[in-house]
Amino acid sequence: MVDRKEQFEALRNVINKHKDEKGALMPVMQEAQNIFGYLPQDVQIEIAEGLGITLSEVYGVATFYSQFALQPKGEHVISVCMGTACYVKGAQAVLDKLSESLGVAPGETTADGKFTLMATRCLGACGLAPVLTVGDDVHGRVIPDEIPSIIAKYES
Amino acid sequence: MSKMISLTIDGVKVQVEEGTTVLEAARKANIRIPTLCFLEEINEIGACRMCVVETGARTLQASCVLKATEGMDVKTNTRRVRHARKAVLELILSNHDQQCLSCARSQSCELQRLAKELEVFDSHTYKGERTDYKVDDFSPSIVRDNNKCINCRRCVSTCFKKQAVGVIGPVGRGFTTSIESPWKMHLSETACIGCGQCIAACPVGALREKDESPLVWKLLHDPKKHVVVQTAPAVRAALGEEFGMPIGTNVTGKMVAALRRLGFDQVFDTDFAADLTIMEEATELVSRIQNNGVLPMITSCSPGWINFCETFYPEFIPNLSTCKSPHEMLGAIIKSYYAEKTGIATGDIAVVSVMPCTAKKNEADRPQLAALGVPDVDAVITTRELAKMIKSNGVDFVSLPDEEYDSLLGDSTGAATIFGATGGVMEAALRTAYETITGKTLENLDFHAVRGLKGIKEADVQIGDLTLRIAVAHSTANAKILLDSIKSGEKSYHFIEIMGCEGGCVNGGGQPIVTDETRARVDHRTLRAKALYTADAGSVRRKSHENPGIQRLYKEYLGTPNSQKAHHLLHTHYEKHSKYRQSV
Repeated sequence: MVDRKEQFEALRNVINKHKDEKGALMPVMQEAQNIFGYLPQDVQIEIAEGLGITLSEVYGVATFYSQFALQPKGEHVISVCMGTACYVKGAQAVLDKLSESLGVAPGETTADGKFTLMATRCLGACGLAPVLTVGDDVHGRVIPDEIPSIIAKYES
Repeated sequence: MSKMISLTIDGVKVQVEEGTTVLEAARKANIRIPTLCFLEEINEIGACRMCVVETGARTLQASCVLKATEGMDVKTNTRRVRHARKAVLELILSNHDQQCLSCARSQSCELQRLAKELEVFDSHTYKGERTDYKVDDFSPSIVRDNNKCINCRRCVSTCFKKQAVGVIGPVGRGFTTSIESPWKMHLSETACIGCGQCIAACPVGALREKDESPLVWKLLHDPKKHVVVQTAPAVRAALGEEFGMPIGTNVTGKMVAALRRLGFDQVFDTDFAADLTIMEEATELVSRIQNNGVLPMITSCSPGWINFCETFYPEFIPNLSTCKSPHEMLGAIIKSYYAEKTGIATGDIAVVSVMPCTAKKNEADRPQLAALGVPDVDAVITTRELAKMIKSNGVDFVSLPDEEYDSLLGDSTGAATIFGATGGVMEAALRTAYETITGKTLENLDFHAVRGLKGIKEADVQIGDLTLRIAVAHSTANAKILLDSIKSGEKSYHFIEIMGCEGGCVNGGGQPIVTDETRARVDHRTLRAKALYTADAGSVRRKSHENPGIQRLYKEYLGTPNSQKAHHLLHTHYEKHSKYRQSV
């Protein structure tokens, strides 16, 4: 179990390190995400207060960049490539099947905290289209029927 | 004097100072370039592309952010420019609800006007995805309807820069970008101070006041209710604009006549209560100075400012005058003194306040503003809502005769009238404080140092042996600067007036909308303030303590200023609020 007190201590150190710099917000947010895994409301408030800016600004940046997460990520992050090659090879059907099997929409995490489903831009593995990644594992030429067996591999 | 530059706009030679934008240069030459996201000094971001012009460069340029250069040849109305503007407008309309018939801003909407000017005959040229937003109407002051929002960010800049509040901002990216509070909270869950300056900045109907006119109609149509109305000083200086009268026309008499036509049983003047406020506040100030009380004392008439103080500067709560704002004082007096004098039961009386302000709506809901166990004020409508009610009642406002306020609580002095302009409360208080402290007659009643639009005004005023150090700030961003300078020890004062809105109540969030193009031609704040100062200068009585109605009220009912009875009816207290009221 992570100690939230220690995490906030680490966040305050990051804020103090950057607070007099111009453009401090982005590096602080990135490091905050490394510490907490995502940017919940109390973390964003800490950043706003620490840098003397409004929560609106922090939240605006957090929602602008897709790298920032507002919800905790699951144990396994499943990313379905929606790049052009994957898309024409049926990535949408793969994504729909995952969404149906996991019971979550893209961008969401399952209730048990096991999986986060993401739709991403081109992963650069067009030769294997359609491609998805689970954590660091790459699965190529995926068809919707394979989805249950892929999920099963990570479920235990 | 900076360097002058010559350029040509649509064949017209224009000379401007270096650093001037092409839009400003065009306006100087009376050439109209349409704008939408542009709001002078507040939002100059070149985002909407409505103001594009041809300059010979490869692409069209946004004239609101393009600096004029020597020899520039600008074309503002070519086929290419017109085509681009129209396409931009049609794209905006493709994600807009286009419910003009029922929109609060119909006929004062900048988008509607542009659609007509740019000859958009088919408002559904681009049939694409439309975003459906829930309307946020949880705040007692302000309603946000993103279905009408065009993402121009004029409200965002106003909230950040003018008010130093910053509770709305762009959220998301690309097509899904919308203006929201953080974590998509309701405005009522944020540190919003309810000032309504966002409404004044909005070019469309995405921001509007919480409409209480249905409640007022209900009260007026209830035969059991005795409905009393009061009007704030600044309303009379702006209401006429809603009926096509020039900015700065004083319409006191017609307004009173119109209120009678609407069916109000008594028409009283918040100016009376402004005089009452001065009696209480000047006495409180003198007492604080003589008894080593907390100084500086800060005025409490502006509920936007009070909300700001309670949320962002709670350490200054002991500095706030305990005086209720004038309309709340009058509400309490109507439900006590007036009720006793007329024999009408307090519970049968309804008090309606007509205010230039949206924060007054949220103020009226404060539980501590209920001296008689019922709210001092039952409904608050803005100047705009009153205009709407007058129009819907078929009253021909412009041709109405001038009528007088009802006498019991209708007397006022020039000192009360200037409450509507920044510095007015200070000036009125000084007139009374001077005579109270010295016992001498004040010869020159005009304190010019506290008038005008400078963000923070300071002066030393000699009152007998005392050199009174005073300051006046308007807009909460200026209040922030002033309070920070006191906190750091850099400045110290005895008495401070703070108004939440720039220019004071004449430019309140409930006043008639003034578009950016009108603002470029005239300063509506100065013109409206002038109407009040002119009324003051022409008044027979110009000092609050000389108001015969006020003298009668103390003699018959309250005793002396700051008496126990006065405290019970006319004073209040404040509470610290968290900036973050809700956690997700």
